[in-house]
Amino acid sequence: MALLTKKDTSLILDPLADNNPITIQVLGICSALAITAELKASVVMAISVLFVLGVGNVVISLMRNIIPSKIRIIVQLIVVATLVIIVDQVLKAFAYELSKTLSVFVGLIITNCIIMGRFEAFALGNGPWRSFLDGIGNALGYGVILIIVGFFRELFGSGTLFGYKVLGDPVTKTGLYATGYENNGFMIIPPAALIVVGIIIWVQRSKNKALIEEN
Amino acid sequence: MAVNKDNNGYTVIFAAVMVVVVGSILAYLASSLSDKIKENERFEKQQNILYAMGVNENSDSGSVDFIPANEVEGVFSEYITEQLVISGDQITQNDEAYLIDLKKQIAAIKKGETAELPVFIGEKEGKKYYILPMYGKGLWDAIWGFMALDDELTIQGVYFDHKGETPGLGANIKQRYFMDDFIGESVLSSDRIVGVSVAKGNNDPANKIKDDNEVDALAGATITGNGVSAMISESINLYRDYLESIRAK
Repeated sequence: MALLTKKDTSLILDPLADNNPITIQVLGICSALAITAELKASVVMAISVLFVLGVGNVVISLMRNIIPSKIRIIVQLIVVATLVIIVDQVLKAFAYELSKTLSVFVGLIITNCIIMGRFEAFALGNGPWRSFLDGIGNALGYGVILIIVGFFRELFGSGTLFGYKVLGDPVTKTGLYATGYENNGFMIIPPAALIVVGIIIWVQRSKNKALIEEN
Repeated sequence: MAVNKDNNGYTVIFAAVMVVVVGSILAYLASSLSDKIKENERFEKQQNILYAMGVNENSDSGSVDFIPANEVEGVFSEYITEQLVISGDQITQNDEAYLIDLKKQIAAIKKGETAELPVFIGEKEGKKYYILPMYGKGLWDAIWGFMALDDELTIQGVYFDHKGETPGLGANIKQRYFMDDFIGESVLSSDRIVGVSVAKGNNDPANKIKDDNEVDALAGATITGNGVSAMISESINLYRDYLESIRAK
């Protein structure tokens, strides 16, 4: 038997495009607006969510038969919060520098609705291996959008990528700035992320008409 | 045996067991790692103080590079010659002054008590540095830092850090291009101690003018920038008498 059946592969690949958590399900928008002013922050957030959603989905899936349905949301919240705190504490003790970079994201991970959404919609009804794949797939789908948005916002807002000045120096007017080009300050404030996400949604739906909802 | 998961008794027992299990995992983890975490925080403070006085491993790449954590204790005792605690009119030596939490001291002042304010005196290549800690509020949470002054009260270096400013915007106060702008600025304006403020539209993005008590602000981080300005002026105010005495020497 192959490691990944066709169904399993679609668990990973679907959220990347036609069932993307941000552009189709419109979940996790809050963090997509908050931390995409910079490409590096987008990548860090994508990796953190990948880890938490992958492990969290497995834990919830293993517990799915014993969780009382009345308090399942609270149980889910406790699982995410515990995971995030464990990671935070271990990093603080053994990789202090890294933990300082991540500390800002901790609150954003716990409140990320994609995580709660996948626990509720998938892990509560499926086995651990499939839940793990679903978690990885959705986190990747989330991460891809985050990185695309971060790329455009950092490039047009600050003229840098990963902090490197790819368009020249705006202060000393070198590179593209010598021609009169200016950074667009609007791109680094949160509403710009909404517009970039909107453009992605537009492009995606114009390519795949099946995604357009009928009203 | 089938358990009725909707039963109230089951729900309560499940919740209780879950709380105990999660609570003990976290408590065990926190207590077993706390020594290591405290040590890391101590090294970090030493690294930050040294960074402010220019003892760091910065290269041309524009990143912030500290003295490595495993060497910092030795380097700290080599460069920091005196650690003072100012309490009212009294100034005493205290080799653990760097562990004083400025947040608690500022809270004490607000209650009308006498605070213990730490100052670090460093010496590098025959030059004396006076390093003051700072503490204030950013947009979301606390910001803090250190500022190194020489005996003319010109800034020789700063270090800023924050707890939860927005990545890519306010969080950039700990980027080198922002911190380096402070070097060479004087905290004096027509002979009064005023500090340095983070200014928008001061027409000096390259920060060539060093006597205007202003550095160029970060785009998209107005509140954090205002927080830095307020932190500098408030913290410097705490040390006003001491700074006057340095200048008088």
